[in-house]
Amino acid sequence: MRRSVLCVGLTAIAALCASGIAASAAWEPVRPVEFIVPAGTGGGADQMARTIQGIVTKHNLMKQPMVVINKSGGAGGEGFLDLKTSPGNPHKIIITLSNLFTTPLATGIPFSWKDLTPVAMLALDEFVLWVNAEKPYNNVKDYVDAVKKAPAGSIKMGGTGSKQEDQIITVAIEKAVGTKFTYIPYKGGGEVAVQLVGNHIDSSVNNPIEAVAQWRGGKLRPLCVFDSKPMAYDEQVVNGKGWKDIPTCKSQGLDMEYLMLRGVFMSPKATKDQVEYYIDLFKKVRATPEWQDFMKSGAFNTTFLTGDDYAKWVEVEQKRHEVLMKEAGFLATGN
Amino acid sequence: MEEIANLFQGFSVALQPFNIMVMFVGIMLGVIIGVLPGLGGANGVAILLPLTFSMPPTSAIIMLSCIYWGALFGGAITSILFNIPGEPWSVATTFDGYPMAQQGKAGEALAAAFTSSFVGALFAVIMITLVAPLVASFALQFGPAEKFAVYFLAFCSFVGLSKEPPFKTIAAMMIGFALAAVGLDSITGQLRLTFGFTELLNGFDFLIAVIGLFGIGEILLTMEEGLSFRGGNAKINLRVVLQTWKRLPGYWVTSLRSCIIGCWMGITPAGATPASFMSYGIAKRVSKNGNNFGKGEIEGVIAPETAAHAAGTAALLPMLSLGVPGSPTAAVLLGGLLIWGLQPGPMLFTEQKEFVWGLIASMYLGNLVGLLVVLTCVPIFAAILRVPFSIIAPLILVLCAIGAYSVHSSTFDVMLMLVFGVVGYLLKKCNYPLAPLVLAIVLGDKAEEAFRQSLLGSQGSLGVFFSNTLVSTIMILGLIALFWSAIQKGYTRLRTAAA
Repeated sequence: MRRSVLCVGLTAIAALCASGIAASAAWEPVRPVEFIVPAGTGGGADQMARTIQGIVTKHNLMKQPMVVINKSGGAGGEGFLDLKTSPGNPHKIIITLSNLFTTPLATGIPFSWKDLTPVAMLALDEFVLWVNAEKPYNNVKDYVDAVKKAPAGSIKMGGTGSKQEDQIITVAIEKAVGTKFTYIPYKGGGEVAVQLVGNHIDSSVNNPIEAVAQWRGGKLRPLCVFDSKPMAYDEQVVNGKGWKDIPTCKSQGLDMEYLMLRGVFMSPKATKDQVEYYIDLFKKVRATPEWQDFMKSGAFNTTFLTGDDYAKWVEVEQKRHEVLMKEAGFLATGN
Repeated sequence: MEEIANLFQGFSVALQPFNIMVMFVGIMLGVIIGVLPGLGGANGVAILLPLTFSMPPTSAIIMLSCIYWGALFGGAITSILFNIPGEPWSVATTFDGYPMAQQGKAGEALAAAFTSSFVGALFAVIMITLVAPLVASFALQFGPAEKFAVYFLAFCSFVGLSKEPPFKTIAAMMIGFALAAVGLDSITGQLRLTFGFTELLNGFDFLIAVIGLFGIGEILLTMEEGLSFRGGNAKINLRVVLQTWKRLPGYWVTSLRSCIIGCWMGITPAGATPASFMSYGIAKRVSKNGNNFGKGEIEGVIAPETAAHAAGTAALLPMLSLGVPGSPTAAVLLGGLLIWGLQPGPMLFTEQKEFVWGLIASMYLGNLVGLLVVLTCVPIFAAILRVPFSIIAPLILVLCAIGAYSVHSSTFDVMLMLVFGVVGYLLKKCNYPLAPLVLAIVLGDKAEEAFRQSLLGSQGSLGVFFSNTLVSTIMILGLIALFWSAIQKGYTRLRTAAA
């Protein structure tokens, strides 16, 4: 009995010391942190989460381990519901992609981003319009002309998932051009890129990281990027061309902008200290050379937002997705 | 012969002491991961991936690929000993491996399984070494229609050869398709058959169904039969390995055929699971011992194991040369490559020679190391069967529960596993075959997806499945396999009529 009292006392002292050392951050994880990925292993969000996990481990940025867990069921709904149903648990964070908006809208899963606590936007993922390099489309105009000439529905656009970001962009292109594509959903972005190389589809809107290898191999050709300005990476990728040389779609007469959120959220009812801790952690992650290499390899847009700015950005995107998906007829019945 | 020079360069990388140590550690971890049902190679590699970030990329990929080889080897162990497939691709190994163990021939079955795994892997690696670029371009020809044709062939070569009444086979298969349909419909993005239960968002995971149907179902059956665990009289010494080896060359036709099936399925990429089923089905049909299949025929262990391992190895080729993973584990490895700053794709072979050939050399060495490790352990594994059932059964139950939990870290899955156990027991009692059910759960949604993608592309015309030589050939092969017994009967009748 006396020994256990002693133990408790010692632990208390140790805890006091620990909190004294970490005076800069008022709260710290006391258990392993679960980093939830609402998508399958090997995809874009998964790669980012595992890179972060590797950086955190390598640079000892956290005293507790970080564990990446994939909860991909129901287009990520499984992962979001897991966070929603564990309010006040600061040891759970989630990395999001656009399914933060699209999944509840398309499937009717009872969930909204407002159920969670926003932490930080880590980066934005770009979308690029790709075609097979053997095809005679050298710019957006060639492509659009060919699409307009072909009978409606005969041009095949491949993408990741159904009623998600790739298909939203496809519908926007349809509207801008005034035609109809046949959209074919695949499981992953890498598969889409390979299907495009094999000429099983006519074009895709892959993220840079998914298609860069095929671009370098001379199999695919990027036509334009769905961003307001060209990407910031001027290193040569292939034949003297770099990401920076890809024009924006808007400048080429295809008026559509779309960027995908790569951000982090916490469980509901997180305290300010807890949010601050994670913001601080991700700031440290962003400063490492490994992170910068990762950003470069995927030609990410490195916008970093926290607090109210981040929440406002998400709010605007939520509204925009509602409109886009309503126009496309992607809303679940009963919404 | 630039490849050979490159390969020797690769060996000199792989043979560095640190890399050899990494290889042993990887194989050991992999075997453990493969033995635990549910944990699986993909999860195992994903969990251990961050550990490798501080290593040089070549050592890191050697370690991870060795975990992968280890898991491929390890999956066979529990299939043979307890009828619980540790990995999806070892389901077909249970069909004959477990009866062999029951007859006291566990050592033989294990030795045959490990050796044929090695043969399959070796065949695939040699293929990768010699014809990598050629094969990569073959994989590019596979669009949705071709993929569906491959799944169709896998179903056809498996269906119709079961000895159970055809209606029971069809019934079991339809249950499998129904279970596979639950969850998110990937074509329309709608939820199907979830009835508002959020637990069902993910559908019925194949692994949980298999752990329940086979593992728990088997324990229930054994309990009914009076807690006797047959096979306790297994011979336990290393001689059994040598004796098995003496018999194996006699099955070279089966091995070669399984190697080819495996490589093909790994590259296309359909994966190791359909490869093992297809190889088992075809072996059963063409072997002169075909009637003994399912009763403990060693050929029934060789065929699926060779094909699974060949496919598992060949699956790395499309990953390296195209950046498209041929298996879930390869998908995780792909993520690893990107994190180490390596860009998989057509340029990898020219830009990162040391890495690629180091990896290929490590495939040779890793599989050799793996074979040595698991073969020396055969007596130990076989000895597990001597432990009384009353002790081993609770252990298996715990193992199954952990396995089911670890698939999605969900307690609901553990309950589901128990339900599947009861279902498996009832189906067995009523003589419904489990294999078609399992096959339909594994390949059902993939086949459906490929089918609907093809029809989207062809705007609804079924002609897409006969639109080019490749796809028509596969489809016709499938139809021949499906109606083989009818064709055979008709042929014999024609001959007797002519005579």
